[in-house]
Amino acid sequence: MQENDTPAVNPGRRAVLLGGLVSAGGAAVMAKGALSQAAPAHGAMVGHDMSAMSADPYSAPVGHVGGHGDMMTVGVVDHAANGFDPTAMLTDWYTGTTSTLADGRTLRTFEIEAIDKEIEIAPGIFFPAWTYNGRVPGPAIRATEGERLRIVFKNFGSHPHSMHFHGIHSARMDGVPGAGLINPGEEFTYEFDAKPFGCHLYHCHALPLKRHMHKGMYGLFVIDPDPARHPEHAVAAKSRQFGTPENAQWQELAMVMNAFDTNFDGGNEVYACNTVGHAYMNAPIRIDKSRPVRIYLLNVTEFDPINSFHLHANFFDYYDQGTTLTPTLKTVDLITQCQAQRGIIEFSFAEHETGLYMFHAHQSEFTELGWVGHFDVVEPTA
Amino acid sequence: MTEMGTQSAPNAPRRAPLARFLLVLVPLALMLVSFVWIASLDPLRSFNNGAPPVEALTVERTVLDQSGLQLLVRAGGSEPMVIAQVQVDDAYWLFTQVPAGPIARGDTAWIRISYPWVLGEAHLVNMVTNTGTAFEHEIALALPTPRATVNQLVPQAIVGAIVGLLPVALGLMFFPAMRGVGPAGMNFLLTLTIGLLAFLLIDMTNEALELAAESAALFQGSAMVWLAALASFLLLMAIGRWRGAPVGIALAFYIALGIGFHNFGEGLAIGASFAAGSAGLGTFLVLGFALHNVTEGIGIAAPMLKARPPLWTFPALTLLAGGPAILGMWMGSLAYAPQWSALALAIGAGAILQVIVEVGAYLLRSNPDRQAALFSPAVMAGLISGIGFMYVTAAFIKI
Repeated sequence: MQENDTPAVNPGRRAVLLGGLVSAGGAAVMAKGALSQAAPAHGAMVGHDMSAMSADPYSAPVGHVGGHGDMMTVGVVDHAANGFDPTAMLTDWYTGTTSTLADGRTLRTFEIEAIDKEIEIAPGIFFPAWTYNGRVPGPAIRATEGERLRIVFKNFGSHPHSMHFHGIHSARMDGVPGAGLINPGEEFTYEFDAKPFGCHLYHCHALPLKRHMHKGMYGLFVIDPDPARHPEHAVAAKSRQFGTPENAQWQELAMVMNAFDTNFDGGNEVYACNTVGHAYMNAPIRIDKSRPVRIYLLNVTEFDPINSFHLHANFFDYYDQGTTLTPTLKTVDLITQCQAQRGIIEFSFAEHETGLYMFHAHQSEFTELGWVGHFDVVEPTA
Repeated sequence: MTEMGTQSAPNAPRRAPLARFLLVLVPLALMLVSFVWIASLDPLRSFNNGAPPVEALTVERTVLDQSGLQLLVRAGGSEPMVIAQVQVDDAYWLFTQVPAGPIARGDTAWIRISYPWVLGEAHLVNMVTNTGTAFEHEIALALPTPRATVNQLVPQAIVGAIVGLLPVALGLMFFPAMRGVGPAGMNFLLTLTIGLLAFLLIDMTNEALELAAESAALFQGSAMVWLAALASFLLLMAIGRWRGAPVGIALAFYIALGIGFHNFGEGLAIGASFAAGSAGLGTFLVLGFALHNVTEGIGIAAPMLKARPPLWTFPALTLLAGGPAILGMWMGSLAYAPQWSALALAIGAGAILQVIVEVGAYLLRSNPDRQAALFSPAVMAGLISGIGFMYVTAAFIKI
C-alpha cells in the first residue's frame, strides 16, 4: 500500500491556485451556482459546476445509477476450492470421538492439524492463511461439562504453533511457549477437563501472537452445561446440551467474527463472519420462524479493539461468555465484544413476518467491508 | 610503424552490402534463439523463492461525474494484475473494469464505480488485488470533472490567456521604452532575461521531476525528464545554430519558443488541477501571477532592441510564448497523465536552457572586453534582479 500510494495528479501549487482562476473567469457559470445552498462557503467550487451538473451541490451526484445499493463485493467465493463453506460451518460442530474412562467418565478425543493454506476470503482476494484442519475459523469444538478432553495436535505448518484453550487447565496444557507449543512436524496432546461450561475459544499462542491470530488460528470451543449439575436451571441446561431433543428444537449457529489484513499493514481489508466477506449476503441464513435461534458468537478480529453484533428488527438475550444459564443482558439488539470475548445470543422470530432480516457489526466500517448478512426468516417447513 | 598503421585502414576488407546484412543477422538470430531457450527451459527456476509477484498500480486519471467514479489505472507488476475488489471510503463497492480481466504490465484499464460521491469532500479509493495488496488513491476534493464543452473550454481559454498571453503582451510593451539604452543598460536587460530564465529552468525541472515521481515506474520518470530535457536542448541548439548563432529577432523567437513550452507545461498543470478538483484563488493572487510572468515579455524583447522588428513580430511572439498556455489548459483538463506533463515540462526545460546559452553567447559577443563586462555592476544587477524578481513574485502565487 505504502510504496504505491501516489496520487495520480499533483499539479504544482501554482497550478492549484490557478484552478480557481477559471472559477473567476467562468463568472457566468458562477452566477448560476450562487443560488445554491453551498454558494457562500464553496463559491470557488460552485464555479466549477459544469454544464451538465445541477446548480445544487447536494443534488449533483445523487442521480447515480445503482447508488447506495451497489455497496457490495463483486463476484462469489469458490467455497469448494477453499474446502469450507460458511453456510455449512454454521452448524458444523466438531464433537470428536468418545470412549469411557475407567472411572466412568467420558473421554472425548479431537484431532487437530495445523496446515498452511491459501484461502479466498472475499471474491477474488486470496489470503495465505494458517489454519486448523484446513479451515478458518478452525473446527468448532463442542463437548459437555465434566468430560475429559484429549486434543491431539499435529503441526504440519511452516511455523511453530500451539492450541491455547480458554478453559480451566494446568500450566503444562496452556499452549504457550514451553507448554504445548510445538515446532513443524511435531505433535502434542492437550488433556484437561471440560470446564467451565460456556462459549469459549481456542487459538494459537505462538509469538508473535497478533500474526498467528490474524493468519487464521482460532476457533470456537463450546462446553455445554451438564443438566445434572444445574438442577435449578435444568431446562435451560438441557436446551444447551448438544444432541438432546430439547437442544434439537433450537437453531444453533456458530459464528466467528474475524477479519483479514491482506497487505499486512496493521489494518484489515476484509471483515467477515466466518471468514468470507459478505458470505451471508450472498447466501442468507435460512431461519425457521417457529424455532428459536441460538448463536455462539466469538470475536477474534485483530487490530480493531472491539467488534459488535447487531440484529435488525428484533431483540435478543445475551449470555456473556456463556458461563451462566440466565442472561447477563436481557432484551438488547446490540452487543460489543473485545478481542477473544464471546457469548451466546438467543432470540426468536416467531412473531415476525417472514423476510430478510439483516445482522451486522455496528461499526459501519466493518459492515461495509464485509461483516454483514441476512437471516431469511421463513415459515416452518414442517 | 606509422606507415603500416595508416595503411591498415584502407586495407580493411570491404564487404558487399548483402554480406554485411547477413553478418548482422547472425547475432540477432542467436539472440532470438537464446531468449527462446532461456524462456522455455527456465534455468532461473532455482531463484524462485516463493515470493509473490511484484505489483504496482498507478492511477493516471480520475473522472467524477453523474455515473460515479472512474479511474484510469496502469499496471506495472511483474505479472498481469487482477483487481479483485474496490473499496471506496472503507466500503466494498460493485465496480466494472474495461477492458476486463488481468491487466498486463504497462497496460491501462478503466475502473468504474457507481459511487454517490459528495461534492466538495474527500474520498479514498482502495483497489485490492487477488493477492490482497491494496492500492490507495485519494480524491482530495470531489468535484465534477470538466468536459469538453463550450461552457468549459471558453473559461479555460480565458484563464490561459490571462496566464500566458497577457503577461507576455504587457512585457513586450516595454520594448519602445527599452530601445536606445546604452551598453550597460543592454547588459542589464540581457542578464535580467538570463536570470528569469534560470528561475524558470529550476522551477520547471522541479515540477517535471515531481510529476515524474507520480507516474508509473515503467516510464522511469526521472531518467525520462533528464533525457528529454537534454534531447530538446541539443535539438534546439542544433536547429538554432543551423545558420550561425541566432541573434536579434531570431533569438527573440527562440526565447518565445522556450517560454511557450514553459507556459504549455503550466497550462497542463492548471488543467490537471481542474481535473483533480483543486481550486481556490482570489483576485490578489491572479494579479500576483500576472506580475510574476510579466518579465517573460521583457526577456523576449531584450535581444531585439538593436533590430527593427516589423509590427507583426509582436503578436506573433505573444502567441508563440503565451498561446500554448491555452492549449495546455485544454489538454491538461481533458487528457491528463503525469508522465506526459512531465515530458512536456522536461522538453520546456531543455528549451529554456537553450535560450539561456544563446542569450549568454549574445551577451558575450556584444561585449568586446568580456571579462570586464561579465563582472560589471550592470550584469550582476541584471542577474540578481531577474532571479530576485521571479523569486519574490513567486511568493505571491505559491501557497
